[in-house]
Amino acid sequence: MLYSDKVMDHFSNPRNVGEIENADGVGEVGNATCGDIMKIFLRIEDDIITDVKFKTFGCGAAIATSSMATEIIKGKSVEEALTLTNKAVIEALDGLPPAKVHCSVLAEEAVKAAISDYYKKNGMEDKVDIPCTGCCASCAMAHEHGAAHDHDMIEED
Amino acid sequence: MQRFVYADNAATTAVLPEVIEAMTPCFAENWGNPSSLYGKGRDAARALIAAREKIASLLGADPKEIYFTSCGSEADNWAIKGAAHANAARGKHIITTKIEHPAVLQTCKALEKEGFEVSYLDVDSDGLLTAADIEAAIRPDTTLVAVMHANNEIGSILPIKEITEVCRAHKVLCFTDAVQAVGSIPVNVRELGVDMLSASGHKLGAPKGIGLLYIKKGVRIPALIDGGGQEKGKRGGTENLPYIVGFARALELAVERLPDMKRIAALRDRLAEEIVKIPRTRINGGMEHRLPGNLNVSFECIEGESLLLLLDRAGIAVSTGSACSSNSLEPSHVLLAIGVPVEIAHGSMRISLSHANTEEDADYILEQLPAIVSRLRDMSPLWSAAPTGDIGDR
Repeated sequence: MLYSDKVMDHFSNPRNVGEIENADGVGEVGNATCGDIMKIFLRIEDDIITDVKFKTFGCGAAIATSSMATEIIKGKSVEEALTLTNKAVIEALDGLPPAKVHCSVLAEEAVKAAISDYYKKNGMEDKVDIPCTGCCASCAMAHEHGAAHDHDMIEED
Repeated sequence: MQRFVYADNAATTAVLPEVIEAMTPCFAENWGNPSSLYGKGRDAARALIAAREKIASLLGADPKEIYFTSCGSEADNWAIKGAAHANAARGKHIITTKIEHPAVLQTCKALEKEGFEVSYLDVDSDGLLTAADIEAAIRPDTTLVAVMHANNEIGSILPIKEITEVCRAHKVLCFTDAVQAVGSIPVNVRELGVDMLSASGHKLGAPKGIGLLYIKKGVRIPALIDGGGQEKGKRGGTENLPYIVGFARALELAVERLPDMKRIAALRDRLAEEIVKIPRTRINGGMEHRLPGNLNVSFECIEGESLLLLLDRAGIAVSTGSACSSNSLEPSHVLLAIGVPVEIAHGSMRISLSHANTEEDADYILEQLPAIVSRLRDMSPLWSAAPTGDIGDR
């Protein structure tokens, strides 16, 4: 299983590690049994993500995808950040081994969970589209997926 | 230049210079086919006979009982499938353990698909079971017991001698996968009393691509490869003379160096004592019946693959039982079998030392490891949630 140089860079020197006190939105996905947990903290001002931090328990790919996802959404509007896909994270990292695609799914979900939390805190419940949390995609212990919630499980060579 | 510490000798070992030296003539001059009758062939045959005799004598076997294979997994497959098929008329029940190498477990799974029944016995928290456990599982239709001599992940050394006694009393064949044991602890097939035993060259300083199966005289299993009559007609194919010669030299050196294993065990114990000083760290498996070079520890709140990768950046090569390090998504079946919780199995690290490791290697591991564990814990939401308590049920 070989990681790209970009994955190794984001794993070895992860961007935006940490927490934000009194964050405007916090999202946590995954579980310890599956071996991955991602927690993302957002600072949102005038609908713009002005700061983002993460904490991740997981493998090299889990840390790298967290780092890359936070880099992608930093400075973006909330609406724009919501369009983040796991595929975009994979592409930005120059690919992931097939067994690690689920890490990119977790990163996408963590961002969406944090934004959902922000919406809830600000009386915009109507906008909340709660993503599945605790999902490890291909993990043997994964929960059942609803039809409305399909991940883009592309396989990278 | 950055220091490089290789501490993954249970995965593979460096080919020893003495082994390369012993093998070189088999490439350069003695490249004949041992089956050929002219001089070059006879030279090759003589080298083959000498290597087989050397290996047999080091293992306490007769040369006629040693069959070379391409690897340990091949020997495991052959022994188990062969014994199962040869005795299928008598019974179709096999006994093994939950901590076997995949080469054994997957072979048993394959036999289950053919209609064989397999009992996968539990082990205790030290990774051990007793001969009485085996005896209790033997049924009238049991034909084979397959128990590893030493475990590859936690190093537990199983009581093979006692197990073979039970097997003999019940007229059941006993096979042991001794891939991790041979070269690390004294292994004598006569003393163990086993019917079959597998070993692998690359775990003890020979190249990858050579293994062997010991089959006791009188034990009959079908041929693995039909061909030109090599290996007493049991495994056709021109013998891999250079690697067989290398295997013999490597085993000779390993047996010579067995007394040095006391030093390795002391080095391992020093690492264990220091590493458990890192908070919320535990040793997996028992320390008493354990391979001298093996240490397996878990660090709570971090994941093994990221630990392995950061250690690699510091020039330290170890392995992990985390699911994320493999293509499977489950953590080590061995750690789960000894009762390590799943989330803690994800944070495991195996150090396996050989005679090549030094005090300086241990110093370097102890210098680098705590900071790397801290770095990953600082990044972990589990650690920030509960830096002193239990992970809890998440």
